[in-house]
Amino acid sequence: MSFDVPDDRRYLESHEWALETDGLVRVGISDFAQDELGDVVFVELPDEGDELDQEAEFGVVESIKAVSDLYAPVGGEVTAINEALFDAPELVNEDPFGEGWMLEIEADDLDELEDLLTADEYEDQIA
Amino acid sequence: MPLQTPPLRGIHDERGAKFTEFGGWDMPVEFDSIQTEHAAVREDVGIFDVSHMGQIHVTGPDATELMQRLTSNDVSRLAVGDSQYAAITDEDGIIIDDTVVYRLPDEGETPESRGDGDATATYLFVPNAGTDEATHERWISYRNEWGLEATVDNRTDEYAMFAVQGPNAVGIVEGVTAESVADLDRFEARYAAIDGVDCWTARTGYTGEDGFELIVPWAAATDIWTAFDCQPCGLGARDTLRIEAGLLLAGQDFHPDSNPRTPYEAGIGFTVALETEFVGRDALAAIEEAGVDERLVGFQLIDRGVPRHGYDITTTESRVIGTVTSGTMSPTLEQPIGLGYVPVEYAEPGTTLQVVVRGQSKKARVETTPFIDTV
Repeated sequence: MSFDVPDDRRYLESHEWALETDGLVRVGISDFAQDELGDVVFVELPDEGDELDQEAEFGVVESIKAVSDLYAPVGGEVTAINEALFDAPELVNEDPFGEGWMLEIEADDLDELEDLLTADEYEDQIA
Repeated sequence: MPLQTPPLRGIHDERGAKFTEFGGWDMPVEFDSIQTEHAAVREDVGIFDVSHMGQIHVTGPDATELMQRLTSNDVSRLAVGDSQYAAITDEDGIIIDDTVVYRLPDEGETPESRGDGDATATYLFVPNAGTDEATHERWISYRNEWGLEATVDNRTDEYAMFAVQGPNAVGIVEGVTAESVADLDRFEARYAAIDGVDCWTARTGYTGEDGFELIVPWAAATDIWTAFDCQPCGLGARDTLRIEAGLLLAGQDFHPDSNPRTPYEAGIGFTVALETEFVGRDALAAIEEAGVDERLVGFQLIDRGVPRHGYDITTTESRVIGTVTSGTMSPTLEQPIGLGYVPVEYAEPGTTLQVVVRGQSKKARVETTPFIDTV
């Protein structure tokens, strides 16, 4: 089975992606991760304004069969969360790189993105 | 130890199934999605490979007595083609396993014939995954101790088992069996030929829906599985379906060591026939008389979150009073539901409790089970 791995973003080994636009880093989980989890039924996210360190746990995604912690790809302040996921967690399955995004972080240091896997490196990890 | 594999491991793999270890078996957990499979069984029909379930065959002049003394229900009530749910208990009345006991056509008769001569009564019972060897040993050991004349064979490796479940199960099973099985009542069974192979076809199941379980020779398993043109379902959907139906999962909702429970605590007191003699009977008679301190309840989480096995159940004052034994987001109700043991004073439907979900107390309400209307 092959999975989408868009090359416009970076990845954590724990399957979160990070997409930087104008200094804001949008975060979600990968296509591979949503497939592994199966039907996502619940997403727990931080509050806007919370401060996160890089690789800190920021929430939880639950499928029917599993619970998985979520980790921040970069440190900074949470500027937005995707509240649509509270009513429609299945968006994570349906569109993990788009409508299924989880939060936006105003990064303290955008260089932290360089610590993350490239699309090619992540593709090798899930191969 | 290598995992045991069901006869259809390769076929499931080709179909794109994901697998999980269950009771020492490598079983399909999901084919398409748990929600899709769950909905198929609630609204239409689905087929499960449950070949990890044990199959133990008991026959001989004392077969009825041996079964009677090792299972909690009244085996003598079974005519050929009947089955019953039962507990297997230890001397203290603790559930070791739960099982379905089928009475097969008597030894020496053809599958089509009918008889009720007790002298050669033959039983097939289905212990849970991974317990077949220990159960077989238990039967042999007690048979020898009691000097009974009965043959006990562990046939788990000789038979596959499929469950065809859902409101449209009758039609799809009728479509492949040579003989009609639509007239079977719940917990009745007979041999029916599929592709020329006699399959023990029982109106039983563990999803809360109408349906059949088929015990089929291992060698014919592929042909029989592929004869059913319906949604294949994995153990993931089986788990969400059985929780909605308020049915127990061995090893999780009870376990002889880590969660020792009597049938009365576990809500299966109806399987206990105190008028019969069986291992654990005297202890259970005393417990029935005295009443239980704790009971398994169903609950719904009112706050957001998903209850999981092992989470604490507390009072509204956060005093721990129990543990979640099973929990899920119910695909049918779209609500988080679970099962767990609590003191009887908290077991009444409508009682407000809390479940501690990753450190946070979430409000929960005791509900009657099954959570959904079932057959």
